[in-house]
Amino acid sequence: MALPGDNPLMGEEENANETVPQRHYELRLYVAGQTPRSVEAFSNLKKICEEHLKGRYSIDVIDLMENPKLARGDQILAIPTLVRKLPEPIRKIIGNLADTERVLIGLDLRPRKP
Amino acid sequence: MSSSTQSTPVNQLRKIPTGIGGFDAITGGGLPQGRPTLICGGPGSGKTLFGMEFLVRGARDFDEPGVFMSFEERDADLVENFSSLGFDLDDLVVKKTLALDYVYIERSEIMETGEYDLEGLFIRLGHAIDSVGAKRVVLDTIEALFSGFPNEGILRAEIRRLFRWLKERGITAVITSEQGQGTISRHGLEEYVSDCVIFLDNRMIEQVATRRLRIIKYRGTTHGTNEYPFLIDEGGLYVLPVTSIGLTHKAGTERISSGIPRLDTMLGGEGYFRGSSIMITGTAGTGKTSLAAHFANSTCLRGERCLYLDFEESESQIVRNMRSIGVDLQPWLDNGLLHFHATRPTLFGLEMHLVTMNKLVRDFKPSVVIMDPISNLASIGNAAEVKSALMRFIDSLKTEGITALFTCLIFGQHQDLTEMGVSSLMDSWVTVQDIESNGERNRGLYVIKSRGMAHSNQVREFVLSSDGVHLVDVYIGPGGVLTGAARLAQEAKDRAAEKERAEEIERKKREFASRKLAVDSQVSGLLAELSAQEKELEKIAQEEAQRKARAERELAELARQRHAD
Repeated sequence: MALPGDNPLMGEEENANETVPQRHYELRLYVAGQTPRSVEAFSNLKKICEEHLKGRYSIDVIDLMENPKLARGDQILAIPTLVRKLPEPIRKIIGNLADTERVLIGLDLRPRKP
Repeated sequence: MSSSTQSTPVNQLRKIPTGIGGFDAITGGGLPQGRPTLICGGPGSGKTLFGMEFLVRGARDFDEPGVFMSFEERDADLVENFSSLGFDLDDLVVKKTLALDYVYIERSEIMETGEYDLEGLFIRLGHAIDSVGAKRVVLDTIEALFSGFPNEGILRAEIRRLFRWLKERGITAVITSEQGQGTISRHGLEEYVSDCVIFLDNRMIEQVATRRLRIIKYRGTTHGTNEYPFLIDEGGLYVLPVTSIGLTHKAGTERISSGIPRLDTMLGGEGYFRGSSIMITGTAGTGKTSLAAHFANSTCLRGERCLYLDFEESESQIVRNMRSIGVDLQPWLDNGLLHFHATRPTLFGLEMHLVTMNKLVRDFKPSVVIMDPISNLASIGNAAEVKSALMRFIDSLKTEGITALFTCLIFGQHQDLTEMGVSSLMDSWVTVQDIESNGERNRGLYVIKSRGMAHSNQVREFVLSSDGVHLVDVYIGPGGVLTGAARLAQEAKDRAAEKERAEEIERKKREFASRKLAVDSQVSGLLAELSAQEKELEKIAQEEAQRKARAERELAELARQRHAD
């Protein structure tokens, strides 16, 4: 559970693999129908989550073809887009998530380069 | 404007009207239907306004709902900004004729991790279009995507796909973009828009902000390569429609009064032609405004509207001054037949004036326009520019059959010297000249030219009195034309001479009468004598007859006596 006052970048541990304390990750993957790219993105995501967030993540797949209104509400333009809703702040990652390193950086599971 | 048939029927691009003032006229119909149009311009050049006006008028006047996808302003900001232009966006949204969609792009939030496309944008746009049944779409400004998504390759491919997608759905789209350095738009979007590219220019020319619209590309339409001045005011955009054909206006034959009966007489007996252009020149203080005011007055008396554009005095000044010569313009101001528009020429550039005047004419729909004076325009443009601007203005007025009267200040006495050489644009030219003599300055008015009518070429003395302008016959005598006090003196002299001659005749008449009397009495004397003689003769004859009768009687008596014995 994320606490409102927490700043994930100021973790107490100096663990190189994780800059945030053990928190639950709520992830949303926006796709537009069952395209090869969306399927690929989902499987990439699943792999990363199993490897780095085992037991403390949830993935919501939102198909904008079925729910077009959500594109506006969540300001989604690129497909696929992965949104980290929790922990805050919100992070957006676009693409088929093939570049694992960048995904981890984007999710704040790896430190960003200075 | 007549419908355009400039391209061959096979290739004809259909156009849909925008409803934006003047724009449909200069493009021969509006924007290409079902195609994207690119509108470029610098900041504050009016791109967003163009797009929004295109949608609002589409929704209100042409029954075509629209979607405004904004990459820069939030919905609430748009509503607020446009409400001051009389565009009630909220109302249109409620009526489902307009959809507003604000797209927020923040680059720092986005991490690219592989291949992607912008299908999300398509879905959003598609959803908005479906929600109102839109036929028109504005993307303002799609270049914002470039600052959000680092992969230009993907971006350009998707933009191309978007334009195709819009075309497939038969949507007429307006895409706005920033001005580029060396390219028309910053990111070279003109590559993907092949049918129509328009540039809105807002620059400073000699310290005056000037707005110009330029059609850079318009496939299938012969467009002038001119820049069209336009203005933005509380009604939206207004482009000056330049009549590219020109000189095709019909000539009417109706005549209207100048407001001064004697002037009408000088103009072929009936006054000016309706729809003609009239110039009144004169040196300072010769009463040009008075003539203009008379014309305005007579127009309003006929129940027609008059637009008075004045570049020198304020409305109340003119009304007050004209009242002193017996012309009361206030009632016409009150009932709306007369509308004044007073500006200092130096306030705007020449083109801005032109566009403003055009818009006033379009909104007020007068049958008479007065510009007083045009000589002031020389301070904001050179002679050629002013002449060109006036020519366009007169052209547009003549096309509408509006009569135009211009006053112009001239210096010196030379008739063919007008400040800007505009006399050739005028159908009628009346001038008021100073006539100085014997320490007095009077004014003489005459008609220099008036096309299409037999006009008087005689000078009349122009007198301003408290009951209006009077045109008085001048004295034409052996000494030349005399006016003013000299005229009065000469007229007095004439009268005296006439009187003298009359008296002379009287005297001779009397002389004759007495002579006749004398002769008559002479004659009657002789006649009396004659009749006396006649009587005498009668008397003698009578006596003779009596004597003869007596003598015979005595003889008879004697004879009788002699026989009796």
